[in-house]
Amino acid sequence: MFRAVLVANRGEIARRVFRACRGLGIRTIAVYSEADRDAAHVREADEAVLIGPAPARESYLAIDRILEAARRTGADAVHPGYGFLSENWRFAQACADAGITFIGPSPAAIQAMGDKSEARRLMAKAGVPVVPGTPGPISGIEEATQFGNAAGFPLLLKAAKGGGGIGMARVSAAGELAAAFAAATRRAAAAFGEGAVYVERYLERPRHVEVQVFGDSAGTVVHLHERDCSIQRRHQKLIEESPAPGLPAATKAGLTAAAVAGARAIGYVNAGTMEFLVEESGRLSFIEMNTRLQVEHPVTEEVTGLDLVVAQLRVAAGEALPWRQDEVAQRGAAIECRVYAEDPAKNFLPSPGTVSRLVLPEGEGIRVESGIVEGASVPVHYDPLLLKLVARGADRAEAVARLDRALEGCVVEGVRTTIPFVRRVLGDARFRAGSVHTQMIEQGAFRDA
Amino acid sequence: MPEEIRAHITGVVFQIPTKPGDKVGAGDAVIVLESMKMEIPVEAPRAGAVKEIRVQEGQTVQEGDVVAILE
Repeated sequence: MFRAVLVANRGEIARRVFRACRGLGIRTIAVYSEADRDAAHVREADEAVLIGPAPARESYLAIDRILEAARRTGADAVHPGYGFLSENWRFAQACADAGITFIGPSPAAIQAMGDKSEARRLMAKAGVPVVPGTPGPISGIEEATQFGNAAGFPLLLKAAKGGGGIGMARVSAAGELAAAFAAATRRAAAAFGEGAVYVERYLERPRHVEVQVFGDSAGTVVHLHERDCSIQRRHQKLIEESPAPGLPAATKAGLTAAAVAGARAIGYVNAGTMEFLVEESGRLSFIEMNTRLQVEHPVTEEVTGLDLVVAQLRVAAGEALPWRQDEVAQRGAAIECRVYAEDPAKNFLPSPGTVSRLVLPEGEGIRVESGIVEGASVPVHYDPLLLKLVARGADRAEAVARLDRALEGCVVEGVRTTIPFVRRVLGDARFRAGSVHTQMIEQGAFRDA
Repeated sequence: MPEEIRAHITGVVFQIPTKPGDKVGAGDAVIVLESMKMEIPVEAPRAGAVKEIRVQEGQTVQEGDVVAILE
C-alpha cells in the first residue's frame, strides 16, 4: 500500500479521499491555491503545499507544480478527485513518468474515452448502443445539415473533447446550424483547447441513467448497479439516486451488461462510470464514460455498503478487486443532492462570497460530504459545489423524506444556495412518482407556483 | 445620456467583445464575466454606443462595479 497520497483537488472530494487514506494508515498531502489558504481540505491533511495563485491553470491545473509537490513531500501516489486534472491523460502519463502512481485508469483509457467521438466509435464496436450521430467531428455545417435531413431535427452539437455540458448546443432547425456551430466551436476551443464538434440526434425527455463500473489490473470488471441522475440544469446534475425509480428489470439488465462489456473492451482499470440516456420506449444509448470517481459515488456506496475510494486505493496499489460481482448487492435506496452556491431565483447564477454561518444536518441515514466550514470563502475561480447531502432509506420514499428533513436542517448563510430549489423538486408529485427526465428543469417543471 | 453598466455578479473578466465606439443593441453582451466556471454576459440595458470600457481581461470585479459606460 502507498505511504503517502497527494490529492490534486480541493473541497469535499479532497476531504473524502483523505478520510479513506486515514482508514488505511496512509499519510495525506493537500495542495492548495492562494485562494484556498483557509480551506477545510488544507487544515485536514497531514501536510499541505501551496502550489500557486488562485486561477486554476496556475494551481490545480498546473501539472509540473503538483508533481513537484508530490516529490517534495514523498507522495508515492496521486488521487485526482473529479474535475481539474482527473480526466487529463497527459497528467496520468506525467505521474507515471515521474514514478508516481496515478489513482485511476491508464492514460490510454482516459485518452480514448476523453475523445467523445472516439469513445462512441469504440463502444459501438464493443456492441454498446450509442445515440445516432456523425461518425466523427464535422468540418462544417454541410455535414450536420446532411445528417439532420436524414435523421431528423432537433440535433445536438457536442464538443469532441468535451464534458460537463460545455460546448453543447441544441439545434431545432437547419437555419440555426451556422450560428450554433460557430458558438459550439468557440466554446469548445476555449474550454478544451480544441474546437472539434460532432453531431448527435437530440433525444426528447430521456432519463439519465449511469452504471458504476470497477476494473482491476487482472482484467476483472464488475458493475455496482445504476444511478438515476435525471434532475439536471445546464447538463449538470443536481440530484442523484439509486436504484433508478421504476426502471424495468430488463432495461436495467441491458444497461449493466452494456456497461461491463464497454469497460472490458477497453481493458478498464479502477472506478469509472458509463453514462446512458434511456428513452420512454426503454431504448438505451451510451453517451459517455467518465474515467474517474464521480461526484455522486456516495449514492452507490450507500446502497451497496462498499467503499469506492478505499477500493480505488487498493486497486491502484496492484491488489485484486475486493468484491466479486455476486457480492455487490443493491439494498434499500439512497439519494444525494448537491448544494451549490447558486441563486435558483436568478436562473442558477453563481453566488460566490463568504460562508458566514453553517449548520450541517445529522440524523438516521444521513451522510454529509462538505467542502466548506464556517467562515470559509467561496472563490469565483472554482466550481460552485459547496457540499453534498446523502440520505439512505429502506425504500425510496424513506430516503427522499430523510433528505428533505436534512435539507430543512441545513443552514448555509452568506451565499445563496440551491437548497430551496431542491426541496421544491423533492416535494413535486412527478418527482415523487419517479417520473423524471433530463429536460424537466429547463422546461420549467419546478418553477415557483 | 451616458449610462453606467454594472456587473450583476462577482467574477473575473473573461472576454471583452466590444470596444469604445461600438454600437450595441439592448441585450447585447458588452463584456463577459467568468464566475465559478460559468460564462456570464453583462448586457447592454438599451441600444446605444459604447463610450468607455472600465475593465481589462483577467480583472476581478465585484457585484455592482461599473464595467462600461454606454451613451
